[in-house]
Amino acid sequence: MSGSADQFDEMREPDGGVREAYQGYCSWFDDQKTGLLRRKHAEAETNFRKTGITFNVYGEDEAEERLIPFDMVPRIISAAEWRKLTRGIEQRVSALNAFMHDLYHRQEIIRAGRIPERLFRNNDAWLPHMVGFTPPGGVYTHIVGIDLVRTGPDEFYVLEDNARTPSGVSYMLENRETMMTMFPELFMRLPVEQVSDYPRRLAKSLAACAPQRTEGKPVVAVLTPGIYNSAYFEHAFLAEQMGAELIEGSDLRVTNGRVAMRTTRGYEPVDVIYRRVDDDFLDPLTFRDDSALGVPGIMDVYRAGGVTIANAPGTGVADDKAIYSFMPEIVEFYTGEKPLLPNVETHRCADEDSCKYVLDNLAELVVKEVHGSGGYGMLIGPTASKKEIEEFRKKIAAKPENYIAQPTLALSTCPIFTKNGLAPRHVDLRPFVLVSPDKIDITPGGLTRVALKKGSLVVNSSQGGGTKDTWVLKD
Amino acid sequence: MLGRTANGLFWMFRYLERAENTARLLDAGLRMALTRDIVTAEEEWRSVIATAGQRPAYEAKHGTYTGQQAWNFILREKDNSSSILAMFGQVRQNARLARNAISSELWEAVNENWLKIKDQLAKPVGENRVLETVATIRRAGTMARGAMEGSMLREAGYHFAQAGAFIERGDSVARILDIKYYLLLPSLSYVGSSLDKGQWDQVLRSVSGDRAFRWLNAGQIDARGICDFLILDDCFPRSLAFCHSELRANLAALARLHGAEGESNVLMRDADTRLANLTIDDVFDQGLHQFLVDFMKSNAAIGNAIAQDYRFLS
Repeated sequence: MSGSADQFDEMREPDGGVREAYQGYCSWFDDQKTGLLRRKHAEAETNFRKTGITFNVYGEDEAEERLIPFDMVPRIISAAEWRKLTRGIEQRVSALNAFMHDLYHRQEIIRAGRIPERLFRNNDAWLPHMVGFTPPGGVYTHIVGIDLVRTGPDEFYVLEDNARTPSGVSYMLENRETMMTMFPELFMRLPVEQVSDYPRRLAKSLAACAPQRTEGKPVVAVLTPGIYNSAYFEHAFLAEQMGAELIEGSDLRVTNGRVAMRTTRGYEPVDVIYRRVDDDFLDPLTFRDDSALGVPGIMDVYRAGGVTIANAPGTGVADDKAIYSFMPEIVEFYTGEKPLLPNVETHRCADEDSCKYVLDNLAELVVKEVHGSGGYGMLIGPTASKKEIEEFRKKIAAKPENYIAQPTLALSTCPIFTKNGLAPRHVDLRPFVLVSPDKIDITPGGLTRVALKKGSLVVNSSQGGGTKDTWVLKD
Repeated sequence: MLGRTANGLFWMFRYLERAENTARLLDAGLRMALTRDIVTAEEEWRSVIATAGQRPAYEAKHGTYTGQQAWNFILREKDNSSSILAMFGQVRQNARLARNAISSELWEAVNENWLKIKDQLAKPVGENRVLETVATIRRAGTMARGAMEGSMLREAGYHFAQAGAFIERGDSVARILDIKYYLLLPSLSYVGSSLDKGQWDQVLRSVSGDRAFRWLNAGQIDARGICDFLILDDCFPRSLAFCHSELRANLAALARLHGAEGESNVLMRDADTRLANLTIDDVFDQGLHQFLVDFMKSNAAIGNAIAQDYRFLS
């Protein structure tokens, strides 16, 4: 087990020595019998099935619910590394929030000529209904997932900002729970920051964003599209952990200027809605009249300050990969500082010169649709076939503004447990960030996604990726 | 609590009870079939299918009654929307719906057993596995109830679940008794006459009351005694009287928690009046069948009233 020279292995030095953060874990690992570990590996799956932590797959009758594979080797981050990441994430998230406010108010950043207006004018996620309105507490992005990749000892990059409805936090929690059940001795020996209070922090953060007119303790509820949604498990899990109601659109109606849910006592007002539905499905009166999932009139209540919607409608603009390419400018514009966490170099095909460069170098680049997500609609040049490359060439030429391209990064690796022992695989990291009026709260840990196939750079669960427990060590 | 969540809890426990009761019925049929010759075994299975209320569906699919066919129909037949597999699927579906209102212990008990049952019923069940499968299903009910007893707050959710369970149990016992009564007694003059002890034994077994009955009656088996036991003995946890008083207690708790009584409490009081001081002679005087039909009607009306009172659906 050793990292190759051109990619950074998080556990091993190029000479085979164990990096500091992993030393405690490795000395434990070396004492374990392989047979026992194999058994534990199988146990982990049973545990996930038992707790029902599955995601639904559409269109597959028999395998309606699937497990995301779990790897039992933790991904470990040192206290010093985490402190640095935390500062960078805080800076980025506070810039994102300021950017959202500006976009829906004076648009200073456009007046200053730092980003072009067309960027959001052509963006479906931009909502005219939000113009001139400030959400309770001024918070737009209550829950953010920042996707990070690593390429060297001190090199972390932001790959994506997820400000719409980031998911996956239940895996952060259940992965840790599973690790603690399987290997309690590890947590007795090693100083690992806990993540289990995330639901409490979430409840607190959401409550702090309640509308001003809320009397008494704010009523928080999780809004789900329903049991057939692929992330329903997570919605139910978070509601249960927070002690919140798990509501669907059909439970809600607007009465007396409030959003109210149908309880066994009648309709009772809700103060904060942690929604896990897309903007389009919030209010059929405002957005889509064919939507059965929304609550007619909820946007009017929202604009009158009668309810908090988290995340605020219209924040999906920030998930756009064309906007992403401007994040260094955005961070600098609102914080007056250089970004602490760099972007991955990004070529915007909307620019003629960049587009030519991209088309000339397709075989080396990763091309993404600006509105795409989940690893779909992308081209990974180095592993793509000639045919795939030519197909993409046509697509880009037809609609260049729809694409961006990035160099293929040598993503860091972290070992996974395989039949033949430990083997390095590429990983990324999604820490979860909570924003309230006076605080940006980052839970020490996150979701590490890992490509299970040797050499693969695609970590998405929809495409065969797995997850790992993520440890942040205490000093 | 959301009306929709209350509905989920209510039906989760109704289906759990229904699946378990059907498993008990099947268990009784299987044990009977073990001691019969082929010809009477066929009768036996016809009677089991009928008692499960699945005769029309079964006969639409099969022309004959054999054990394998009958138990696979009840356990897992794809076209049978009342198969135990379908029922347990409903249990889990409703548990998912009400996931944030049930304890993790209860959820895991349901989910783990669902995985086990789904697995055991993935392929047709042969003679060598059928008793084991039925035992798994019965144990699933026991585990879920145990998890609920030991881990759930005695709040509205608990009482909705209990109300669902006892409405279902009362309905199921009344239905078994009613169907068996007709099957066993072509005319009323048969009451108290010499009867097929095996058949009455099966009635008791279907509701897991054979041991209890013998304990209380020192081996005497007669129709009137059995009816008395299954209808009026409030020590027996599956008797109509017991189900009735449990339902009453849970509805009273719900009214107390909600600070108001509803239609369901009114109907409950009416039913109380009808059952108070009733003897088995009264039951036979008005006709057992009529009595059971009235009981099931009143039971169903209370169920509907609960859904209305607590805004299950609208």
